[in-house]
Amino acid sequence: MHTFGGKTLFLDRSDINTDEIIPAKYLTEISKKALQPYLLEDLNLEGFDPAKDIAGCRVIVTRANFGCGSSREHAPWALEVNGIHMVIAQSFARIFRQNMFNCGMPAIDLPEEIIDRLFNEFSGPDTEIYADLETGELTVEKQGQRTKIAFTVSEFDRALVAAGGWVEYADARYGTTGS
Amino acid sequence: MQENTGKTAAEKIFDAHRVDNPAGDMVVLGLDAVFCHEITTPVAINDLIARGKDRVFDPSRIMAVIDHVTPAKDSKTAMQGKIMRDWARRHHIEYFFDIGRNGVCHALFPEKGFVRPGYTIIMGDSHTCTHGAFGAFAAGVGTTDLEVGILNGVCAFHYPRSIKIEITGELPDGVFAKDVILHIIGQIGVNGATDCVIEFAGPVVAAMSMEARMTLCNMAVEAGATCGICYPDMTTVDYLWPFIRTEYDSRQAALEDYRRWQPDKGAAYQQVLKFDVTDLPPQLTYGYKPDKVCPVSEMQGTAVDQIYIGSCTNGRIEDLRVAARVLSGQRINDSVRGIVSPATPEIYQKALDEGIIKTFMDAGFCVANPTCGACLGMSCGVIAEGEVCASTTNRNFYGRMGKGGMVHLMSPATAAATALAGHIANSNLYRE
Repeated sequence: MHTFGGKTLFLDRSDINTDEIIPAKYLTEISKKALQPYLLEDLNLEGFDPAKDIAGCRVIVTRANFGCGSSREHAPWALEVNGIHMVIAQSFARIFRQNMFNCGMPAIDLPEEIIDRLFNEFSGPDTEIYADLETGELTVEKQGQRTKIAFTVSEFDRALVAAGGWVEYADARYGTTGS
Repeated sequence: MQENTGKTAAEKIFDAHRVDNPAGDMVVLGLDAVFCHEITTPVAINDLIARGKDRVFDPSRIMAVIDHVTPAKDSKTAMQGKIMRDWARRHHIEYFFDIGRNGVCHALFPEKGFVRPGYTIIMGDSHTCTHGAFGAFAAGVGTTDLEVGILNGVCAFHYPRSIKIEITGELPDGVFAKDVILHIIGQIGVNGATDCVIEFAGPVVAAMSMEARMTLCNMAVEAGATCGICYPDMTTVDYLWPFIRTEYDSRQAALEDYRRWQPDKGAAYQQVLKFDVTDLPPQLTYGYKPDKVCPVSEMQGTAVDQIYIGSCTNGRIEDLRVAARVLSGQRINDSVRGIVSPATPEIYQKALDEGIIKTFMDAGFCVANPTCGACLGMSCGVIAEGEVCASTTNRNFYGRMGKGGMVHLMSPATAAATALAGHIANSNLYRE
């Protein structure tokens, strides 16, 4: 299975909503690629500059309830077209989390104390995090410092990532089921 | 953990619609209806075409509307509408609501009788939880889930955990469902019901109209909930009667049938919360999250630039009636501008017949067509940087109604009173 990871962007706030991830005015776009310049444009977080801070990042680490609000899958798409294929958070809003796995991208939740530790010991521009979905292990690296953190992903979510998303998975199994 | 001796409302619906258990507690549900709008559906349609899967599981169970930006404001939104229109035609989707017949999805679809107790419904819109007001399980989903819904008529969810919220006491005059739900979200937080279904129960909910129940359930997602559910009762039957009269011999027979979607007595809840609303004053939000809630009196006098009355939360006929009662022949303050958008053509027509549109126009409001536009800063009432909007909508996120703008969420009564005063104010329907 694909290994996810790379340079990590730390967003130190809870309740970051999908309007902040991609504002509604860009929802008139009908291609994912067109969302690329607007990721996190309206993020309400002091010191964050989307023009400087996003480039090259592959992973986001953040706090609780990431992706709350609107159901727009444009939020994970905007991450995806910027090369960010994994989000690690204390918790996720239900729809955002499902959207990530439906797109074949992991949304990994970790206990508060581990998220705290990531922010305290590893936040900064030189951190890289890699996830191995088979072994359930994150590798966190910063300037020679290196640590391993265990995580769990459900069997179903792992199957979605392996299948490349929910459309192929479902169409192979459910035909025109309905109620 | 209490022993589970009965089922919650959501558990009953899940058990009746389960088509698969792919792994763990994941349940694949068969869907009774898939609702579609022009913001999240065109990408799903294009993706289905690209995959060689341009099919629909059942055209009679797909309802579609153009509501977010209508009439189209530019070439891009015109193309979104065209993709919907062509798709609906190609697949013989009869329940497609185009310009002239279109309205805000979560007001329009219930009004057409598409939502019934016990139904499973998804839509690519987070406020789909509104339809739980009918005792249905209705959830907002992303475009991929919507796409699979359109293609296969199924959607996967975790087996539901439920929170029961009992609303007791007596709602004071001038205090409405909007105030109740803002207060609840303020108490439990924007993450307070994540991954859970909320059952709204108790005498206050039982006494509410379907419109008020929809307002309540509409904002369940602002506490993170998958769906808000009210128990089907005679109020539900009365609302649906024009659509179900051929299915049942009597209203009583319909009620008997719908009772199977009420929870069992011994159902197990993750949490049971009680709110007595007897002394609840009108509420509003401050800040940039829907759980930043305080009494209107605490923000009294705060300047605003725009008043917006409408949306899937509060654009229904009862909402317009209340606002018109507050306005009653007066003009809004010169320092503010007001916009009202009746949520559907039927509501608009009723408001015309009842003289409500005249009241709004005489007061100096702009009467817009039914649309979601302003609520999410897409069209028809976007605010400028640094401006403040007093709004009956459901989200006060940073930049929600326009980049750099501030939104205070409130009831239609408070919004109308604020329009008259030119600053945040309680309505004269409420006496402290």
